[in-house]
Amino acid sequence: MKAPASGPKAMATMAAEEPSEGLRKPAARKPNRTAKSNTSSVAKRPAELPKDALLDLYQTMLLVRRAEQRLSALFADGEIPGFIHLSIGQEAVAAGVCQALAAQDSIASTHRGHGHSLAKGVDLEAFFLEIMGKREGICGGRGGSMHVADMAVGMLGANGIVGAGLSLALGSALAHQLRRERRVVAAFFGDGAMAEGLLHECLNLAALWKLPLLFVCENNGWSEFSPTSRQFAGSLEGLAKTFGIPYRRVDGNDVEAVALAATAAVEVARGGGPQALECMTGRVRGHFEGDPQRYRDAEELAQLPKIDPIPRAAARLRALKVSAAALQELSEKVDRRIEAAVARGRQGTLPDFQEALADVYTRPSTSPRAGV
Amino acid sequence: MAETRYVKAITAALADSLASDSRVILFGEDVARPGGPFNATKGLLEQFGPDRVRDTPISEAAIVGAAVGAAMSGLKPVVEIMFMDFTTLAMDALVNQAAKARFMFGGQCSVPMVLRAPHGAGVNAGPQHSQCLEAWFAHIPGLKVVCPATPADAYGLLRSAIDDPDPVIYVEHKALYGTKGEMPEPCPLVPIGQARIARAGTDISIVTYGAMLHTCLGAAEKLAAEGVDAEVIDLRSLQPWDEAAVLASLSRTHRLLLVHEAVEAFGVGAEIAARMADAGFDELDAPIVRVGAPFMPVPFAKSLEAQYVPSEARILEAARRVLA
Repeated sequence: MKAPASGPKAMATMAAEEPSEGLRKPAARKPNRTAKSNTSSVAKRPAELPKDALLDLYQTMLLVRRAEQRLSALFADGEIPGFIHLSIGQEAVAAGVCQALAAQDSIASTHRGHGHSLAKGVDLEAFFLEIMGKREGICGGRGGSMHVADMAVGMLGANGIVGAGLSLALGSALAHQLRRERRVVAAFFGDGAMAEGLLHECLNLAALWKLPLLFVCENNGWSEFSPTSRQFAGSLEGLAKTFGIPYRRVDGNDVEAVALAATAAVEVARGGGPQALECMTGRVRGHFEGDPQRYRDAEELAQLPKIDPIPRAAARLRALKVSAAALQELSEKVDRRIEAAVARGRQGTLPDFQEALADVYTRPSTSPRAGV
Repeated sequence: MAETRYVKAITAALADSLASDSRVILFGEDVARPGGPFNATKGLLEQFGPDRVRDTPISEAAIVGAAVGAAMSGLKPVVEIMFMDFTTLAMDALVNQAAKARFMFGGQCSVPMVLRAPHGAGVNAGPQHSQCLEAWFAHIPGLKVVCPATPADAYGLLRSAIDDPDPVIYVEHKALYGTKGEMPEPCPLVPIGQARIARAGTDISIVTYGAMLHTCLGAAEKLAAEGVDAEVIDLRSLQPWDEAAVLASLSRTHRLLLVHEAVEAFGVGAEIAARMADAGFDELDAPIVRVGAPFMPVPFAKSLEAQYVPSEARILEAARRVLA
C-alpha cells in the first residue's frame, strides 16, 4: 500500500459520494516525497449544495481563517504565550465535517484544532479568552490553544498528543451506542497519526463494535517537520479496507465536496458502523507558529494559494449569484466579531492560582495537600 | 458476618455497582465470556449482558482511552488491565487524558472511571507480570490510587472508586485473590483517603498497604513476643493518603517504619518519610526506616523471588533498628 492520492489525475478520481468500502483499486501513484500531491490542483465538480448551505460554510471558513490570522498576530506581538498550531488553508475540512453533524453529535480534535472548535460552535469570545490565558476562557486559562474543549457543544477537546483524541472519540461513540442515542462522533486526526498504533487499535475496535464513529483524516501531507510519505508506508484506504470500514477520499480544499462526503458518511455512521473520510489538503503555516519551515520546497508553498478553499468557495458563490457586496459585508461582519472577541480577550482577568489548585479533583477536600 | 475470598469481594462489588448504577460498564481483555483471568468478573456477563460487560481485544491503549471518552460522555467505566505491568501500554490515556481532563478543561467534565490492575510478586510470574507500579500513578495530579489488603476493603474501596467522580487506579494483589477474610453483610463502603489501624500498639508505627499488611501483622506478633507493642497502619489509599492518621500514630509511638512490596527507591514510602520528617519532626525519637523491594526487576526463579519480596525477617530487622 502506497501513500494516498498523488497528482491531479489521482485527485480527479476522488468520488465524494461513493464509499469505496476500501475495495477500489487505488489509482496509479508516485511517491509523495514533498507532499505536493496534497496541494495539486483539483477535480472540477458540479455544485451540489444549496446556496445558503454554501454560504454558511463560507462564513465558517472565513471565521476560522480570520480568527487564526488574528491569533498569529497576537502571538507575534507576545499577547499569546506557548505554542499555537494553525490550520490556515485547511478550513474546509473543519467547516464541511462539522456542518454534517447535528448539535448533539460530538467531535474529538487535535493540536491543530482551532477550526474544529469554531466550526462545532465553541463561543468565539470564550475561545479567544482561553488562548489568551484568561480566567473567563472556556477552560479557565488552564488548557490554552492545544486543549480548547466545550462539552456543551460536543467538543471533547483539542489534544496535545498525536492520535489521542481517537480513543476518546471511540469511548464517546460507545457511550452513545449503549444509550441507543443515534449520536455520531467525528474523530479528527492528522496524517501524522497514521503511524500511531492507537489509530490501528481504534479502527479495529470501532469495526468490531460497529460504533457510530467517523474517522476524519485531515491529510495535509506533513507529519510535523517531515513529509508523511517518509513516515507512513501504508494508506488510510488500505487500513480501512483491512478493517472493513467504508472509506471516502475527497479534495479537502473543496468545502462542498467535504460537506457532501461527510454528510453521507455521518448518515451511515448514525445507523451504526464506523466510516472513514480522508480529506486531502495542505498546510500553509509551519507545524507551529514561529516554525520557519526550512524543510519545505518554495515550489510547494507557492502552490498553496492556488487551492485556497476560501477564494474557491467565494468563486462558487459568485457563480450562484451572490453579489460581491454581500460577500464583502459578510467578511466585515466576521472581522467585527473577531475584533470584539479580541477586545474581550484583552479585558479578561488572570486565572487565580488557588482556584486552579483546588480544581485538580472534583471534590477539593479530597485533593491531597490542597493549598500547598 | 461471613468469610469471603478477596477475589469474590471484588466480584460482589462489581455486581453491586452494576446493579445499582446503570451508567456502570465493565470492559477489558477476557473479562466477559472467560470471566476474567483471575475469575474476578465471573458470572457478570450472564447477569448483566453483553452491553455492560464486554471483552476487548488486546489493545490496552485504546480500551483505556475509550474508558476516558466514555466517562467524559456520562458513563462510569470500569476497565481491567490484566497485569499492572501492562498499564505501560495505556499510560497516555491515564496520565495525559484521564488525569488532566477535568483540570485542563476548566472543570467542564470529570472522568469517573476505574482502572483495575493486579500487581505483585509471589506467584513466579517473572519480571513483566509482577511489578508494583502504584507510585507512578500516585505521582500524577488528577489520579487517585487505592490498594486494598482485605476482602472487606476490596469491596468497600471498589464501590467507592466506582462512585468517585474522578479517575481511580484500583490496585489488587494477585497473591491475595485466594485469601479469605470477614466481610460484613451488607458490606460498608470504605472512603478513599482513609487509613485503618490494623493493629493498635504504642511502641512503633508500621505503615504499609496491600499484601504486605499481612506480613507486617505477622512481624508485629513476633515483636509482641519480644515485648514490643507495634501499631500497624493499613493505608488502603495511596493517593490521597491519610497523612493525619499516620501523624497521629507517630505521635503515639514516636517511631516509624514504612513497608511496601514495591521497589524501595522513589516509592510511596519515600513520600511518607519525607512528609513525616517535616510535619512529624518533633515527634520522632528515631530515624524513619523503609523496607521495600531491592532495586532490581522482579526475578522469576522461586528461590530468587523469595529473597526479592520483603520478608517478615527483613521487617523485624528494620523494626529493631528503629527501636534501638
